[in-house]
Amino acid sequence: MAGSSGIAATMTPPGAGRVPMGMMQRFLQRRSTIAFLLCLPLILLVAGFVIYPAFYAIYLSMLNKKMTAFVGLGNFAFLLKRHTFQLVIFQSCLFAITAVMMKALLGFILAHLMHNIPSTNQKIWRGLLLVPWVIPLALSTLTWWWMFDPSYSAFNWILNQFGLDNVPWLGVGWIARLCTITVNVWFGTPFFMIMYLAALKSVPEQLYEAAAIDGASAVQKLIFVTLPMMRNIISITVLFSLITTFADFDIVRILTGGGPQDMTHVFATYAFQVGIQSGDIPLGAADSLFMFPILAFAAFFVLRGVTQRTKEIAT
Amino acid sequence: MAEVSVRKVVKEYDGGVQAVKGIDLEIADHEFVVLVGPSGCGKSTTLRMIAGLEEITGGEIWIGGDVVNDVPPRDRDIAMVFQNYALYPHMSVFDNMAFGLKLRKFPKDEIKRRVDEAARILDIGMLLERKPRALSGGQRQRVAMGRAIVRNPKVFLFDEPLSNLDAKLRVQMRTEIKKVHQTVKTTTVYVTHDQIEAMTLADRVVVMNHGIIEQVGTPQELYHNPTSRFVAGFIGSPAMNFLPCRIEEAGGGGLFVQSGSNLRIPIPAARTARYAPHKNKEMVFGIRPEHLVERREVGKAGFEPVELLVDVVEPMGMETMVHFFVDGAPVCARIDPATHAAPEEMLALTADMNQMHIMEKDSGKVV
Repeated sequence: MAGSSGIAATMTPPGAGRVPMGMMQRFLQRRSTIAFLLCLPLILLVAGFVIYPAFYAIYLSMLNKKMTAFVGLGNFAFLLKRHTFQLVIFQSCLFAITAVMMKALLGFILAHLMHNIPSTNQKIWRGLLLVPWVIPLALSTLTWWWMFDPSYSAFNWILNQFGLDNVPWLGVGWIARLCTITVNVWFGTPFFMIMYLAALKSVPEQLYEAAAIDGASAVQKLIFVTLPMMRNIISITVLFSLITTFADFDIVRILTGGGPQDMTHVFATYAFQVGIQSGDIPLGAADSLFMFPILAFAAFFVLRGVTQRTKEIAT
Repeated sequence: MAEVSVRKVVKEYDGGVQAVKGIDLEIADHEFVVLVGPSGCGKSTTLRMIAGLEEITGGEIWIGGDVVNDVPPRDRDIAMVFQNYALYPHMSVFDNMAFGLKLRKFPKDEIKRRVDEAARILDIGMLLERKPRALSGGQRQRVAMGRAIVRNPKVFLFDEPLSNLDAKLRVQMRTEIKKVHQTVKTTTVYVTHDQIEAMTLADRVVVMNHGIIEQVGTPQELYHNPTSRFVAGFIGSPAMNFLPCRIEEAGGGGLFVQSGSNLRIPIPAARTARYAPHKNKEMVFGIRPEHLVERREVGKAGFEPVELLVDVVEPMGMETMVHFFVDGAPVCARIDPATHAAPEEMLALTADMNQMHIMEKDSGKVV
């Protein structure tokens, strides 16, 4: 478009042509225009693969099963009345909140341990602890599935060595829920650790020295210096992790497939079961859209807090 | 309030590098002592060892009559002001100042009384609700000092507190620090690399170099009677002129300084006995720029005429700096701005030889 306008401008007679030519050149040379043009490929990708599917999902969620009639919010109302879906809401929240809290706690502890290891050895440990995060999740979950296997479970073998009975890891509702959370914590903790480690390293050493002279113990330094200085990064990692954990699909799908008796389904796996496996795409779309208001609500408050604190402490 | 004693203190880092090599220093109660020296001389390390932020490899540190080698910083009853202030960015000015008192479980009204009092001394009463980011450099520095004052500690430690301020503010804050010390009279150890700060603030100045103490004395002692070439060159701005020389005998028992082939200046009679043992040895002649002035008062004892070829003239308003080369060695004179001086012309000067220094060439010791 820009090229054709340029050619058209050069071919117009002098006088009349100079103004649009100059305007076009100025427009193309403006920093904001260049910035926009550079971002355009990404904008197109996001529009094509995120915005369009999102709006299409909203449209789909308002159709009947055969996708022939508009039913408004009927699918949402139907889902909310269904016991299985109520279970899915509870499980999704349990899965995401418990896993994120555990990841944040373990990540915080590991980051502190790592921070206190001399820098030469730190690299090795940091690399080792990042392994769970870099292995493709589907692959590592298969390994976990094998370790939870009723016949060949490595965990049961260990329990047997101590004279204990086999545990049906993925066969009983609450234990299966715990297993899915455990795998998610194992996978996601390194992300928290690396983010917290970076945050820890950015806290000026002199603040700790000032606190030491002010009379702070190690615990008081943690409470009054480390945590307030890390609040932003903690908020952002928790929010980010909450979003990805709520939307988790691989672990539940591979480990339990949502069972036993739908007791481990989360939004994504249930949407897959209803929409793809059972062929009710509008209902699946409605299911997956339930995550949106929950996450938008959390994101709004977390990001507002981050912005406020950034304004407060930025120097 | 307390005296501080540093006895045979050594600091050795991993790999055997010694930052502090067995220094001894006695600081009296209420005294303001400044540790000064170039980068890497061990002054900050010494301060941090007094604070308890660095472990001591050898020797003892006493504060208020107790050995504190193994006492953590929080139990030493000291307060420290850092170079980049180290204010807690998430706390208000009030909370920053009150933090140490809160941790020590002071009652709320006592905390408020002390913070208000410190804020009054430092004139930061209107800033108490602000966060550090909303303060200027000078205000932050005041808050950092306030945080130290409210604790009413035995010793104040300052680690280059004015380095991050601009030149004008530095002069202003220097005066304020001195005023605060006159008000609260707490024993103070102050580290700086700026010799003017050291001279203006200190009761006594400790000049350090390569991990040892070169000289301890009042600012006047260091200026007039340096014991080494390092101290002579470090104290005073512009620095003292140094010229390689020989002490030679003149007729009638007198001595003169012979530098290169052209510069030959008589030594005052009062100093001949002092320098006689160093006759005909390779020595270093030192004279400050302010003792090498325009031609005047010749004839007064010790005021000797000198004539040098001008290299560069730097008019500074209240005075003019004139630079010369004597056999390749740079020499600076501080002359009256009314005196005519131009490059490539000879300038008639007066050397106040009563203020001269002679140093051993190898050891740098002032004789």
